[in-house]
Order: sequence, then C-alpha cells, then structure tokens
Amino acid sequence: MTWVLVTVMVVATVLSDLLQSFEMKRAGEQSVGVRGVGRLLRMIAARRYLLLSIVCLAFSFFAFMALVQSAPLSFAVPVSASSFILETVAAKVLLKEQIGGRRAAGCLLVLCGVALLGK
Amino acid sequence: MVLWEFVPISQKLVRTYFLLVLFLALRAFGNLSLAWGTKHMPEKLAGDPLVYIRSMLDPGIAMGIAMLILALLVRLALLSVADLSFILPMTAIGYVLAALLGRVFLHEAVSAQRWLAVMLIFGGAALVSSTPQATTGKMEGSK
Repeated sequence: MTWVLVTVMVVATVLSDLLQSFEMKRAGEQSVGVRGVGRLLRMIAARRYLLLSIVCLAFSFFAFMALVQSAPLSFAVPVSASSFILETVAAKVLLKEQIGGRRAAGCLLVLCGVALLGK
Repeated sequence: MVLWEFVPISQKLVRTYFLLVLFLALRAFGNLSLAWGTKHMPEKLAGDPLVYIRSMLDPGIAMGIAMLILALLVRLALLSVADLSFILPMTAIGYVLAALLGRVFLHEAVSAQRWLAVMLIFGGAALVSSTPQATTGKMEGSK
C-alpha cells in the first residue's frame, strides 16, 4: 500500500509541475502582494492548464496525507523526491529549459542524497 | 554606468530568493502540522473520501493544509521568475527540513546515514544555486 501511494503521489506531482510551469511562463512575472494573490487566484480560474494542474496536485496531496499518516515524515517527504530526475528531464525536453553541466551535476548530487535519506 | 546596470538584476535575485525561503518555510511547517494531525487520527485515510472530509476539521490538519495552500501560491509566483529545473533542486532543502522537523517535533530516529544524505543535498543545492534562474528567455531586460 505504501508504494501504491508513493506511485500515485509521484506521477500526479510530475504532471502538475509541468502544467503549472508551462502556463505560468506564458503568463509572465507575477507578484505575491495583497493584489498579487487576488490576481493569481483569478488567473488560476481563467487558465485551463492551471486548473488541471491543481486537480493533479489534489490527487498527489491526498496520497501524501495517507502516506504521512502511516510512514515517518522523514521518509514520506524524501521519497517524494523520486519525481525529481523525471521532472528535470521533462523540463528540458517539454519546456525547452537548458540544463547545464553544473546544474545537472547538482541535480544528481541532490538526488543521491535524497535516495540515501529515504533508505 | 556599470552599477546602474546591475540594479535590476540584483533586485530580481533578492526577490527570487525571498520567495524561495518563504516557500520552503511554509511547506516544511505545513507538512509537519499535517503529519502531526494525521498521526493522531483514529481512522485510516487511504481510499475513503468521507474520512478525508472529516479529517479537515482536525486543527492540525486544517492548519497544515492552509500553510500548504499558501506555499503553492508563493510557488506559482516563484515559477514565473525562475525555471522549474532551478526550483526543483532548491526545493530539495525541504527534504532536509522534513528530517530535521521529524526528528525534533515527531521524535523520529534519524541515522548517521541520513545526516550524510543531508550533506549531499546541501552540496548539490549549492552547486545548482550558482547557475542562472531563467534560461528560456522573454522575461529579462538585462545584458
């Protein structure tokens, strides 16, 4: 059951992040002032991909809630990082972001640490 | 002349890191509150929507959810000024915070191996933070 929850959480998170980043890049820079939050909420309602990303996030969140109920916090949070490499690759391929050598090395180092932490 | 050109760049940098710190704090303590709340519930959550709805009334869970929603909004703002592939590695600091908060507040056992993992994560995060935050263009007037 633990790994079913982890799988649901990871797949939903990857989808949500990709949709969010894609839509927000099209929207341009946003702020989080009092007005900024209102504008963000209005924008969420108006943009289909953002709404879809929030549905994905909800699935991921409910899976995380169930996971954190039975597993330790120091396992549940690090294990969610298994979505990490997949997302970085997707960011390069689908969002056309450039992944430099330094950044890729940093990513790998972080991932090794996270894998060790989750053991 | 040279100084003048640097002002917008550093302002954007400060703003990006401010949003990052705010996001990390909200998410770490939101997760902690959520974990504390769910662990004290008598019922199992997985697979029952009714239990989920009832769980929202628990103060620990409600507060955790509120903080996580706020973290999501801050993250949306962060995504508009920085790349996903910059934000994701920096978010890894959150895993260290989770282990730390789990140990301090939930009394979880964190082994030496896990603290080694913490060092790896800090190394990786530092490496990534020294690269530019946006590479897909269109949003900076600098250079």
